[in-house]
Amino acid sequence: MIEVCDLEKSFGSHKILEGVSFKIDKGESVVIIGRSGGGKSVLLKHLIALLKPDAGRVLIDGEDIVPMNERQLLRVRRKFGMLFQGAALFDSMTVAENIGFAFRRDRTLPEDEIARKVAHVLELVDLPGIEAKNPSELSGGMRKRVGLARAIVYEPQIVLYDEPTTGLDPIASDSIDHLILRVRDRLDVTSVVVTHDMRSARRLGQRIMMLHEKRIYATGTAEEIFSSKDPIVKQFVEGTADPTIATEI
Amino acid sequence: MAFWGRWISEWIEGLGALTLLAKETLASLFTFKVAWRDLLYQTYFVGVKSQSVVLITGAFTGMVLGAQTYFQFHKVKMDTATLAVVSVSMCSELGPVLTGLMVAGRVGAAIAAELGTMRVTEQIDALRTLATHPVDYLVVPRLLALHAALPLLTAESIVVGICAGYLVGVHLLGIDPTYLWVNMLKYTADSDVAVGLIKAVIFGGIVALIGCYKGMYCGEGAEGVGRATTEAVVYSSITILISNFFLTLVLGKILHTL
Repeated sequence: MIEVCDLEKSFGSHKILEGVSFKIDKGESVVIIGRSGGGKSVLLKHLIALLKPDAGRVLIDGEDIVPMNERQLLRVRRKFGMLFQGAALFDSMTVAENIGFAFRRDRTLPEDEIARKVAHVLELVDLPGIEAKNPSELSGGMRKRVGLARAIVYEPQIVLYDEPTTGLDPIASDSIDHLILRVRDRLDVTSVVVTHDMRSARRLGQRIMMLHEKRIYATGTAEEIFSSKDPIVKQFVEGTADPTIATEI
Repeated sequence: MAFWGRWISEWIEGLGALTLLAKETLASLFTFKVAWRDLLYQTYFVGVKSQSVVLITGAFTGMVLGAQTYFQFHKVKMDTATLAVVSVSMCSELGPVLTGLMVAGRVGAAIAAELGTMRVTEQIDALRTLATHPVDYLVVPRLLALHAALPLLTAESIVVGICAGYLVGVHLLGIDPTYLWVNMLKYTADSDVAVGLIKAVIFGGIVALIGCYKGMYCGEGAEGVGRATTEAVVYSSITILISNFFLTLVLGKILHTL
């Protein structure tokens, strides 16, 4: 379903990704872990062509999306839903307008049908009845739920999550994790989650990939990664600071 | 030397990106179904909300131009030609340019700040993930609104400026109202009005495109949005002033030969 081949990306002289390759099958739930600033979000954005690589290919259902222009990509992006780190809700719109945005743009559904779909998806994310609220009235956790509702209302085949639990308290993080699992199971979608929250990674990932030093350093099931003897993987999973860095501080 | 090299390279890069945005916008205009609700809101924001600024600018420009022209013309006994000068200046130069500058300050800045904030909070990326082209949704309604609103605002500014000049001339400076009015009509040609309105349409495009470009490609964080807003106003204003000179030459040549 998703295939990435020899992806390379630099910002100026700073290389972020180098020779990144992997495959994600239909219906699979993959978590990408790695240190902050290590290029996880950059990699995720390449999967939906929000960023263009310097080299390499990104195949979605066998179709290379790298050479496509913005207008050609509109068709491919209909397969995706994406939850952004800060939810990225449109602050000039209500919750209902945010969620029903693309339906109104397409003008294919009548208003009452859009309202019904919005209400249904808000129930799925445990936030019924908040259609008329503005994003500024919502807490961080609620914003993420609404962002998720907006991402899944079109019943996409692939959902991308960019740091879904960052900035949330442990209870809100836990409920977001459960929500992601519920969406995966009920809608039968392919999920790609970027996180550095190890509890989320263990819970959400059927397969975990670790991005380190610009490459996919390790890949395996949650059990394999969490019981890995590799010092770099072990250090990251256990959350131990690099002693040399600790000395410098 | 390296600084100037980098500055020129960035300037050319910016100009190229702006041209690509204009090309994409043009393509969108011909292929995309206009969202009337967005267009109506933008026209309201650009046109109705800018009225007070534009009318005050037009009125006081007409007044000061009337007074200053009278002071000079009075020396050579040409008092009754005062309003003709006000009228021609307002129609072909001051009306469109000052309206363009005021709208660049008010609307251009607002567009850059709004789109810039959308960019840094990933709302533009969110649009793209919702299979919506940012140019279709963000640029086209603003461009059409400015193309439509700026000529109307300019026409208002011209009328208010001439009326204000008339009132100053008649009631403060004591010029004969009939001669003042007749001379104004005699020396103001249709082409003067046409030049002003055509310029206004073009200035509307300049404000919209530069505002959108600066917003959509702004730097990161609050600093990036702040810089984009400032640059949108500065670049729009400079482009209006420079293009006004060339438009005066070209439109004058075309319209006077018709």
